[in-house]
Amino acid sequence: MKVQLSHPERTVEIKGPKKARELLRELNLVQEAHLVIRGDELITEDELLKDGDQVEIRPVISGGSL
Amino acid sequence: MNCTKCKTKAVIDLPRHNAAFCTPCFTTYVHEQTAYAIKHQRMFGPEDRILVAVSGGKDSLALWDILLKLGYKADALYVDLGIPGYSAKSREKVERFTERVARPHGATLQIHTVQEEEGAGIKELSNLVHRPTCATCGTIKRYQFNKAAVEQEYDVMATGHNLDDEAARLLGNVLHWQEEYLDKQSPILPASVEGFAKKVKPLYRLAERELAAYAVLNKIDYIVEECPMAKGSMMLLYKEALNRLETESPGTKHRFYFGFLDKQALRQGSGQAGATAPQSMAEKDRASLHPCSTCGQPTTGAICSYCKMMARSRLSSSSARRPS
Ligand code: SF4
Ligand SMILES: [Zn+2]
Ligand SMILES: [Zn+2]
Repeated sequence: MKVQLSHPERTVEIKGPKKARELLRELNLVQEAHLVIRGDELITEDELLKDGDQVEIRPVISGGSL
Repeated sequence: MNCTKCKTKAVIDLPRHNAAFCTPCFTTYVHEQTAYAIKHQRMFGPEDRILVAVSGGKDSLALWDILLKLGYKADALYVDLGIPGYSAKSREKVERFTERVARPHGATLQIHTVQEEEGAGIKELSNLVHRPTCATCGTIKRYQFNKAAVEQEYDVMATGHNLDDEAARLLGNVLHWQEEYLDKQSPILPASVEGFAKKVKPLYRLAERELAAYAVLNKIDYIVEECPMAKGSMMLLYKEALNRLETESPGTKHRFYFGFLDKQALRQGSGQAGATAPQSMAEKDRASLHPCSTCGQPTTGAICSYCKMMARSRLSSSSARRPS
């Protein structure tokens, strides 16, 4: 599956099938700081991702201050 | 995984609530948490006029969206900092959201352009006054939002600070034992004196991840990229540390920040969170503030930090122009 990552923006190829939770762990990313999006749909951590899926792992943390 | 409420397929799980939600139930959850925050902390009422500080990021656009959908009268102000490659993009997101969502609700957007009003972009300004970009940015934003709110007689100014922002700030203040800042860390700051707008944070009960999910699920197109100046900020580091703890032990951020709010309410002699908490601070403010001799906004010095900064920037830009 193609996995799109940010900071810096890049795409990596990861072998499926794999649960979203396992994908995050494999990439060493914490759940609380990310959303997993398949196509344009948000999915839960127990969802199974397959080869051929378009996946985006979107960071949700921003650092600005006001 | 199925929705805790209606048993259809869930799109997001919330370990800290031991729950998962489908899109409609999650949207309801976010609206209810915000509505509860507003009422519990007595932030504003249905007739009040609210000015939302928007940046183009998920939190502030989600806040504007939620307030409008809850039926509040909320306009917004965007400050264009003139950061190359970033400000134009974030401004476009805000303008598009205004057209698509806010205007149909009868709400309006105001734009303050730093390049035009302060005479230079934020980077150039901070070079002129020899201060970090984020400090310069903070001074300008605080000043301009407050000015707009007071001059146009908004009842309250709302910002998109979420649970992660507040917990990270608390962690930073505790690590450095900055007790004077601890006093001020509250979801509401009353209009302590004439010339200071009341400030509220209606999203303080919602985690950053929940707000990003709300934006994605409600098709709010926001700027995912960070402001380039935020790179390496301590706030990011604190958030990372807290999220590591949160992932191992869900509910950590909530317990940390809400435990603090409870203790703060107790310390200030009332069981009612929010209603009386910032009182002592308001009194302290009142005693030490007076109008800035240049612009009239309240300040503790003779001239406010904004006017001081602008004076310094004019001075160094004119000396730079003089042939040496
Ligand atoms: S990161 Fe710094 S410069 Fe960028 S918006 Fe935040 S405070 Fe302003
Ligand atoms: Zn549901
Ligand atoms: Zn002033």
